[in-house]
Amino acid sequence: MTKQYRRALGWSAMALVVGALAFVAAGCGGGGGSNASETTTEGPSLPTSIGKGEGKLSLVAWEGYTQPEWVKPFEKATGCKVTSKYAGSSDEMVTLMRQGGSQYDMVSASGDASVRLIKGGDVQAMNPKLIPDFPNFIDALKSPSHNTIDGVHYGISLQWGPNTLLYNTQKVKPAPTSWSTLYNSKYKGQITIPDNPIQIADAALYLSKTKPDLGITDPYELNQKQFDAAVNLLKQQRPLLKKHWSLASDEIDLFKNGDATLGASWPYQTNTLAADKVPVKDLIPKEGATGWADTWMLSSKSKHPNCAYLWTKWVSTPKVQAQQAIYFGETPANTKACAIMDQLSAGSCKQYHADAPASYFDSIKFWKTPLADCGNGKTDCMDYNQWQQAWTEIKG
Amino acid sequence: MAVRAEQAGRSTRAARRRLSAAFWRRPWLRGLTQLGPPAGIFLAVYIAAIAVLFVSAFWTLDPLSGEIVHDWGFQNFKTLWEEHVYWRIAGRTIGIAAAVTVTDIILAFPFAYFMARLASPRLRTVLFVLVLLPLWSSYLARIYAWRLILSSDGALNWGLGGLGLPHQHIAYTNWAMWIVFSYIWLPFMILPVYAALERIPDSVIEASRDLGARNRTTFRRVILPLALPGVVAGSIFTFSLTLGDYITPILVGNTQFIGNVVYRNVLGLSYDLPFAAAYAMVPLAVMGIYLILARRAGAFEAL
Repeated sequence: MTKQYRRALGWSAMALVVGALAFVAAGCGGGGGSNASETTTEGPSLPTSIGKGEGKLSLVAWEGYTQPEWVKPFEKATGCKVTSKYAGSSDEMVTLMRQGGSQYDMVSASGDASVRLIKGGDVQAMNPKLIPDFPNFIDALKSPSHNTIDGVHYGISLQWGPNTLLYNTQKVKPAPTSWSTLYNSKYKGQITIPDNPIQIADAALYLSKTKPDLGITDPYELNQKQFDAAVNLLKQQRPLLKKHWSLASDEIDLFKNGDATLGASWPYQTNTLAADKVPVKDLIPKEGATGWADTWMLSSKSKHPNCAYLWTKWVSTPKVQAQQAIYFGETPANTKACAIMDQLSAGSCKQYHADAPASYFDSIKFWKTPLADCGNGKTDCMDYNQWQQAWTEIKG
Repeated sequence: MAVRAEQAGRSTRAARRRLSAAFWRRPWLRGLTQLGPPAGIFLAVYIAAIAVLFVSAFWTLDPLSGEIVHDWGFQNFKTLWEEHVYWRIAGRTIGIAAAVTVTDIILAFPFAYFMARLASPRLRTVLFVLVLLPLWSSYLARIYAWRLILSSDGALNWGLGGLGLPHQHIAYTNWAMWIVFSYIWLPFMILPVYAALERIPDSVIEASRDLGARNRTTFRRVILPLALPGVVAGSIFTFSLTLGDYITPILVGNTQFIGNVVYRNVLGLSYDLPFAAAYAMVPLAVMGIYLILARRAGAFEAL
């Protein structure tokens, strides 16, 4: 038996196991049920070493996640040629991974996409032991519920951060402190928010502080009454909007050309605009913020798993974590990145909360998929299909 | 060996002769072999696609598993009928498509008339190149150019400011979509109108004048009716192209078109292809009605 043949056999065995897992997850049990459940208890067989790169790696990523600064050295070191496709929303990421077949190897999924991908069998388990920097990750991101199910890691955490309120410092005075600015008719025609149904959670978060009698505790678990209140708020906001932005570069254009002066944003836009000398600032308003925690996940149909592992290893190193954190304006999962961030740009470790205590992490309401199951024994919550329908109605 | 090769050559020659004889005796066979492949492709690619679209519009999506259920029903159409938002989006799409068509007719007619009947051959060539030139560049590049022109700090406001005029705020509005659509589809109106005007024989116009008709009467009763098929052909282009577009609304608009809802349903979590197919039937139906009306108006007889 040649080495190559053994490896191929190993991968196909693993593909079979993942396939069997997906079979069980989809609930189509049947004849193979008993057999597959045995495999689940043992856990999927994971690669124990990273082989030679296959020469290619195709990524679905958020804009700004595959910058030449760290992609070029990776290509040089591993021989894996990286191609990346930017996605504007978690919905788009899920669809690309589902319909792309083996076209895409990895996706930088946020918490509202990762569970959908796991449940859909679109991604496969990964072995964190092959990522030398994994032990340096903050505890909250070693086995978070959005990428680890029953102790099986479906991907390796990357970075996290809050959704911020972005404003033009010359045109918006006084400086905003609350999300209420985005619902203020004084700024009619100058506001932009993401074209993304998950935005309903931002309205719900604002209502959880301003209308406590609605009893919103988790902005992703809303019953009909709470949901209607959030949707109504967004419908009132609709005439104030200049535009819904779909890619980060859309919002950057809007601010650069003076079409928008206020918006819901990511730190990436603030950094890019500031680099272009546009007078902008961002903040986490007093009501708190929603946020994202991203994971590099490996497609179950990937044809370049070695390059994928090499990439995950690469983006987990303190240096790349620091580079990406500063470029995008987010917080690295790797605690060792803090020192390098300060080397690259003095004060950036503190600015992007890489040294913040765990309580800061807990204060952000991270994106997750809204499900009918509210998590408190009730199942009267609005699921994501209803969020999407409401979003069409809000946009009008 | 040699004998066998000769025999083979003779038999292929004989077969060829039989084939040509068959073609000669049955002319319809000739037509079939010539038209067959393109007609087959047309059927397989175009008609079959529409048939699949039509059939899947009556299917539904199981909300729990996200699988398409192959049960016939009118649920999708019921949703479309009952939810006001879909009426509003369809109305907006059709309204803007109609406005763009009318605008393009008004802009294209004098231009095409000048090109076809007044310009010298050399000027005509220059004008032709000018009309076609934008089509050589990417559609996206042209839309982005309009974004820069119309934006708050863009070229238009800069120019208005220079003239001491007040700033406009048409970026990311329906007005912006109307302007951009009218610009993008204008060549598709000019060319058929030009072709129709060019084909009007001079003798017809001379006859009209000889019979005492003034210029306006000649235009109204001779030129316009003869150019109408060109105008209708152009309007079919501008109307249907606007009706099906979803990129311009994303880039320069602040609202949704039918295409955007379809896109969202195809590229969303729900992956609700049946609903997308049902909504896609709306522009198809509108175009069907439009074509029937155009036929009633006699537009196709003159083609």
